[in-house]
Amino acid sequence: MREATSLDVRRLSHPHLSVQPFVVADGELVVVTGPSGAGKSLLLRAIADLDPNDGEIELDGERRDASPAPAWRRRVVYVAAESGWWADIVGEHFADRTRAAALAPSVGMPAECFDWPVSRLSTGERQRLALLRALSLTPRALLLDEPTSGLDPDATAAVEGHLRSELARGTAILMVSHDAAQAERLSSRRLRVEAGQVWEPGP
Amino acid sequence: MGTGSVNYIPLGYGDVAIAAILVVVNGLLSLWFALGLERQLAIATVRMLVQLILVGLVLHVLFDAMSLFWTLLAALVMIGFAGREAIARQERPFTGWWSYGLGTSTMMIAGALVTILALTTAVRPEPWYDPRFAIPMLGMILGNTMNGISLGLNTLTVGAARERNAVEARLALGATRWEALGTVTRGALRSGMMPIINSMSATGLVSLPGMMTGQILSGVPPEQAVKYQLLIMFLIAGATAIGSLAAVMLGAYRLTDYRHRLRLDRLRTVRR
Repeated sequence: MREATSLDVRRLSHPHLSVQPFVVADGELVVVTGPSGAGKSLLLRAIADLDPNDGEIELDGERRDASPAPAWRRRVVYVAAESGWWADIVGEHFADRTRAAALAPSVGMPAECFDWPVSRLSTGERQRLALLRALSLTPRALLLDEPTSGLDPDATAAVEGHLRSELARGTAILMVSHDAAQAERLSSRRLRVEAGQVWEPGP
Repeated sequence: MGTGSVNYIPLGYGDVAIAAILVVVNGLLSLWFALGLERQLAIATVRMLVQLILVGLVLHVLFDAMSLFWTLLAALVMIGFAGREAIARQERPFTGWWSYGLGTSTMMIAGALVTILALTTAVRPEPWYDPRFAIPMLGMILGNTMNGISLGLNTLTVGAARERNAVEARLALGATRWEALGTVTRGALRSGMMPIINSMSATGLVSLPGMMTGQILSGVPPEQAVKYQLLIMFLIAGATAIGSLAAVMLGAYRLTDYRHRLRLDRLRTVRR
């Protein structure tokens, strides 16, 4: 009975956001649009429970506060616009290095990049590897903050290909994008954020 | 030891005044190179002067009284000041009472544990709280533990703020708060322990420790002075470890919350 509701945001109280309820179904991608500073990143961070907030959010019918935050975040994975790296070598950031190395070419990265120091990566390379890092957790839902903002057309296409196969797998995706053409390519559903107000515009 | 009277050379305030000229040289240097330190230097000098003369009087009274109550009270006051100094120069102190509370409580735990251990097992004065032993030992322990706690906390809070992206990336991938802050807390503990490790390895080669020098100047045989110094160094090392560990772990606890979020909003921004 609950196969169609994947990520269900019923209520979300946050000091800077006012959110109308919305649902992202299995295998569905919703594009979050709105001007800079409107609160798009805050919305994704709040759903991932990275900032103090209170709400009723469910994944496959299971409430967020029923499980510890780390368990929630392994299933509902947030990928920030600016990726974070805590070790010196790229490969140290991946739990399963062999599997990640096999996937690297699909985002336009050579398999040996896992032996590189993080400092050698460009911003765009970091962004793609951060996405790969998130995908390697096989999440149920993805919260992506401008995953292709610094990428060239080829790399963007590669990332979009990944997103499509995630959708085919049944992952629910909420994605911030400033690229109208990209939004058009990936989905027809929008979530609008303006001055902290979050709502779904009518068709 | 305790041969009663020791053969030290008494100093008059006039003898001390000659050495004080050197501080004036510091002040002139600061003016000459426009370092802007002369005000701080003057305040620090006057503070030292007043604090030491007062403490001389207080110790005199305390030693004569030989009371558990007054000794404990003096210890608490020392811990209170040490706690304040430990957090006085933090770049990103915690908000509210957490800052002072963290400095003082960890100082109290480390200082009390180690001083009582030393008084009851190694030195064993009669009575155990004899202020002539308890107060100077606590003072030396606090003075060094303070550095460990201060450096540890500063490295923790500054590191967490600087490494925010990395810490939150780990949290977002399902790490617990302890895993996510692991790199930062290890760095903080390392910098908290660094001074005592440095001074243990340099001691005797680079520096003759103050207490040992003092005992030698007052006529204690060097072998005895060395044993006392070893004891004190071990105590300081122990207290620094306990104090830094407690401060860094409690700090990391406060920097995050029960939902494993990084809470940089619990830090203040000061100076510069």
